[in-house]
Amino acid sequence: MTSLKIQPAPVRKTLSVKASPERAFEVFTAGFDRWWPRSHHIGGVDMARAVLEPRAGGRWYEVGVDGAECDWGEVLVWDPPQRLILAWRIGADWKYDPSLRTEVELRFTREAGGGTRVDFEHRLLENMGEAGAAVREAIDSPGGWSGILAMFAATADAA
Amino acid sequence: MAYSSAAFAALADPTRRQVFERLATGPRAVGELAEGLPVSRPAVSQHLKVLKEAGLVSDHPDGARRVYQIDPKGLGALRAWLDQFWEAALLAFQEEVERANDDEESR
Repeated sequence: MTSLKIQPAPVRKTLSVKASPERAFEVFTAGFDRWWPRSHHIGGVDMARAVLEPRAGGRWYEVGVDGAECDWGEVLVWDPPQRLILAWRIGADWKYDPSLRTEVELRFTREAGGGTRVDFEHRLLENMGEAGAAVREAIDSPGGWSGILAMFAATADAA
Repeated sequence: MAYSSAAFAALADPTRRQVFERLATGPRAVGELAEGLPVSRPAVSQHLKVLKEAGLVSDHPDGARRVYQIDPKGLGALRAWLDQFWEAALLAFQEEVERANDDEESR
């Protein structure tokens, strides 16, 4: 019995922002560097800038403090101000892989009162295949999971 | 970049963690998992259901019983990690949009 296919559900988020869809779209794309958390970097060095080229086919990538660029993917659908689809080509090993396709979609919908509902989805996660050494090693090594779980418990308790 | 320990949301429950840790040593049926745990077999089944929905374990039939094992590809953990990753990113986005909006209005 080897058919142990797991198809993770897409990661979905919905939030409301007190701004028009036009502004929300603009801040998400052209203003990407203004809000993207610096802790969320893929490259091996600290991030100096995060860039999302605001057009169809544009790249999104980070620039490290050493000046090196690290690609994340590109803009698949550019439909301001209501819809944006980005290719996220970062594998489970946190490396860029141009042959890997997962999709990040954002929909911006005007709400009564002038705000915007933002629907977020990161899908096709099953394309990430083997989820990298981190998880496998954790399972394989003696006490591996318990180390992670102890860390988790400490974090959960502190929260 | 490391997996965030906080990502293991489905493992927040201590009994569920125990069930999961038992699976780390190899595939098990519900009955085997329940042995020695201070909870009923239906409770163990319920925990397995949550772990399965989180993508952390998978199951398959083996004769009359079902056998559970940790997701061999680790996608559940990855998904949990991404969930936290985007949660934080979108919160930062929301703050920036609303800050930018305030600037605009006060001009």
